Amino acid sequence: MNVGDFTRLGAAAISSSVRSGETTPTEVVRAAFERARDIGAGADGLNIFLHSDEDASAEETRGLRKRLDSATDVGILAGVPVAIKDNIASLGLPTTCGSRILAGYVSPFEATAVTRLRANGALIIAKTNMDEFAMGSSTENSAFGPTRNPHDVRCVPGGSSGGSAAAVAAGITPIALGSETGGSVRQPAAFCGVVGVKPTYGRVSRYGLVAFASSLDQIGVVGRTVDDAALGLEAIAGFDKMDSTSSDADVPIYRVSALGKPAPEARAPDTEAMRIGRSPIPLPPPPDATTLKGIVIGKPKEYFPDSLDPAIKAHCERALDHFRSMGATIRDVSLPRSPLAIPVYYILAPAEASSNLARFDGVRYGLRVDPGSGLKAMYGATRSQGFGPEVTRRILLGTYVLSAGYYDAYYKKAQAVRTLIADDFRSVFTSGVHAIFTPTTPTPAFPVGAISDPYEMYLNDIFTVTANLAGVPAISVPIGRVRRLPVGGQIITAHFDEYTMFRVAYALEAALGAEAHQ
Amino acid sequence: MSRERYEMVVGLEVHVQLKTRTKAFCACSADFGAPPNVNTCPVCLALPGALPVLNEHAVELATRAALGLGCQINPISVFARKNYFYPDLPKGYQISQFDQPLATGGAVAIGKDERGTDIRVGITRVHMEEDAGKSIHDRYPGATAIDLNRAGVPLIEIVSEPDIRTSADAGAYLRTLKQILQYLDVSDVSMEEGSLRVDANISVRPPGQTKLGTKTEVKNMNSFSAVERALEAEYDRQCALIDSGGRVEQQTLLWDGGRGTVRPSRTKEGSHDYRYFPEPDLRPLILDSKWIEDTRHDLPELPDARKKRLALEYGLSSAELDQLLASPDLAEYFEAVARESKDGKGSYNWVMGEVSAALRSSDNDIRQFRVRPADLAQLLNLVRDGTISHTAGKRVFALMLETGKPAAQVASDEGLLQVGDQDAIAVWVDEVLTEHPDEAKRYLAGEKKLQGVLVGFVMKKSKGRADPKRVNQLLSARAG
Repeated sequence: MNVGDFTRLGAAAISSSVRSGETTPTEVVRAAFERARDIGAGADGLNIFLHSDEDASAEETRGLRKRLDSATDVGILAGVPVAIKDNIASLGLPTTCGSRILAGYVSPFEATAVTRLRANGALIIAKTNMDEFAMGSSTENSAFGPTRNPHDVRCVPGGSSGGSAAAVAAGITPIALGSETGGSVRQPAAFCGVVGVKPTYGRVSRYGLVAFASSLDQIGVVGRTVDDAALGLEAIAGFDKMDSTSSDADVPIYRVSALGKPAPEARAPDTEAMRIGRSPIPLPPPPDATTLKGIVIGKPKEYFPDSLDPAIKAHCERALDHFRSMGATIRDVSLPRSPLAIPVYYILAPAEASSNLARFDGVRYGLRVDPGSGLKAMYGATRSQGFGPEVTRRILLGTYVLSAGYYDAYYKKAQAVRTLIADDFRSVFTSGVHAIFTPTTPTPAFPVGAISDPYEMYLNDIFTVTANLAGVPAISVPIGRVRRLPVGGQIITAHFDEYTMFRVAYALEAALGAEAHQ
Repeated sequence: MSRERYEMVVGLEVHVQLKTRTKAFCACSADFGAPPNVNTCPVCLALPGALPVLNEHAVELATRAALGLGCQINPISVFARKNYFYPDLPKGYQISQFDQPLATGGAVAIGKDERGTDIRVGITRVHMEEDAGKSIHDRYPGATAIDLNRAGVPLIEIVSEPDIRTSADAGAYLRTLKQILQYLDVSDVSMEEGSLRVDANISVRPPGQTKLGTKTEVKNMNSFSAVERALEAEYDRQCALIDSGGRVEQQTLLWDGGRGTVRPSRTKEGSHDYRYFPEPDLRPLILDSKWIEDTRHDLPELPDARKKRLALEYGLSSAELDQLLASPDLAEYFEAVARESKDGKGSYNWVMGEVSAALRSSDNDIRQFRVRPADLAQLLNLVRDGTISHTAGKRVFALMLETGKPAAQVASDEGLLQVGDQDAIAVWVDEVLTEHPDEAKRYLAGEKKLQGVLVGFVMKKSKGRADPKRVNQLLSARAG
């Protein structure tokens, strides 16, 4: 097998080839680094990786070799190289969140998701560039320079998981971990022509994910294909006692293509609260997974405004036609409070961020700038030199909305509207609709430096942020190109119904075939 | 004179460290006294990406405490973040509870007023929170050292209503609270080790006025008596201030025990905006009503109830019971002895006398005390039925403590069984009369008051074995 093969192979193919002994983990990792060099992934090129260590990766492959030789079960990602967004704690490589305040910081513990990847045989080869503390939609807010879109280096890859999307789009790894707070996996996946999934809130442990807005944050997966994303999510999903907000609902097998295996009966998660002495309620078994017959797909009118780019709209219509031809029913639905999502998000997320980022105070780790004139001066100097302008803006915004006298008018009201937005989804999904289809973004990737107005940048998340507010799972799948740049379509399903979400996504990907990149 | 013109109004906020093995939100040891920063982990150091997980045992202890204070347990309570920057607060916020606390609306009786009605202090709320670390300012010149061993240790905050009217009542409230918490076994309640801390809110107003005056908050008291003294000092300060035409300013004051005065704290309370909001890393705490009822059912008997019962069962006075109940373990021991010996008063005298003295001198714990309640009860019975004298009983007790042998065996081994035999006693009496001719002569001549002295000589001669009743009879007979 040569390097070129690895840039096209999915995770499942790499894993089975490693397990059969046809390929060695060393070859796979070497190929990934070679590809990174060939495509110019370094700081002077696409600037995809913030940290990678080829020697350490080689060391890790030797460990995996031992596991392979001793014939223990090495897991579904045996030998699959994976890149990790730099706000997810990993042993061995730094975790800087794209921020000066954490430059050089190496976490002494590892995120549960990363540990699970390793347990499944994955090889962590790099940490990817991102908007500082995941605040941004273009990866231009990284303290270490912007990442470029592999499809057009003049353009942004989207963000905040821009490095992860670019790593997969550039053919370096078939899978990368990203994180979402308002669309930070799906939007860059759409911009880079790859698949991006944000699971249900609580599906993946947040332990080790550096918090931006805890009630919205969720680790997501970027994949070359739907299958890669499904495999990646399957490896990391499930309850973790280290994260009280993680769900103990069973994790079904998401890989619909590896069919024959019916999804195990899912248990309803405990989404409301930590209870002492509670009893789970069983969910109905998922529908047949081989066809879209009987599936009802909702088309929400709020996500197809007149102002939508006609080329994107056309691609969406083509996707909807494919759904119909596979036996699905398309139904017009409404999510009437979705237009309120951006203002709600930009109150709640900064509020939580202002508190979550308080720990970066120069006392215990990371940057400390001490002018020597007392504690307050140290705090002030450290934080104003450590944080970039967007992070500073959101901390100020969040501090303001939580202040005495403003809390009710902003935070409390926004929470109430958030509940209404979630209610909209609930009423659609309880009215016989299995999945909702929308464009992932209102536009394709834009040129680096093109958007300077923060509010205009925030509108990039207009179609994605509702899934974070409602906590429902969503996936972006490539549906075609607009002016030679990829665009994505989004499939949203009910809480913990990633199974149906993947089923529809697999079907769409298969039906579009090469059209997805035309 | 200000006593008549101004009424003292006090509410207390008491922080109590719960007796859990581990911290509130991580698995670190909650032990006191480890070397600095040893009991820490990513969670309580607030490393990037770490998350809190609630300690179930802390919830259990907090619930017991709240139930013991007569509170309603809220089936849903919510953790909230209290945001402020300080180097010993690693996350930059404290996880606490705010508008939906664990429990509300309790009360404790702290004694009786002149008319004999209970003085009750209302409990506004009991909520759970975590402790901060410790800043050590005087160890390294020009630098502050931080010890985060305490960061994340579980606390409850018990907030009283402004029902307290005198400093003595404040002291009584604190002692009652401490005793209840000891009985519930939820905390070490030691002010020295910082497992119990008190902040006082105090204001004054003319008697009869219902509106509360402007309050100040007094901190930094390290004992209950310091609380009482601080309240007196602050009461006097506020009264004098108003008398001189001034106004009380809402502020935080620190008690200076050395000078016996309060002084303003450098950080102005009230200027803080803690920006509370629900903690998104923890789900609301939902307590099953059956679990709450089971917890209530499993509460031990509390001091008040035990006092009433013991008064009824053993006829002890209120003052005697207060002494006994000050230590739940000692009260437990007493009851076992009393139950076995069926002698409440006698058991009380022995437990508060010999047993307490032995505990004090050996610095021993009653739970490890060598003389078990059944053994002491046996000793009581031997003394009561005259098998051994009271004097010999004390010697037997000392030997039981030393050897661990039962009372009857010790008494017989040592020949301390009481001698009631007329002849043997007569011999001792005769000997004493011979050996003390002067006293004997005067006694036989009618100086009756010398009888006690002579009985004493006989008891001494018999090493306590002679039955004093018989000795008296014999002596009276000789005097004719």
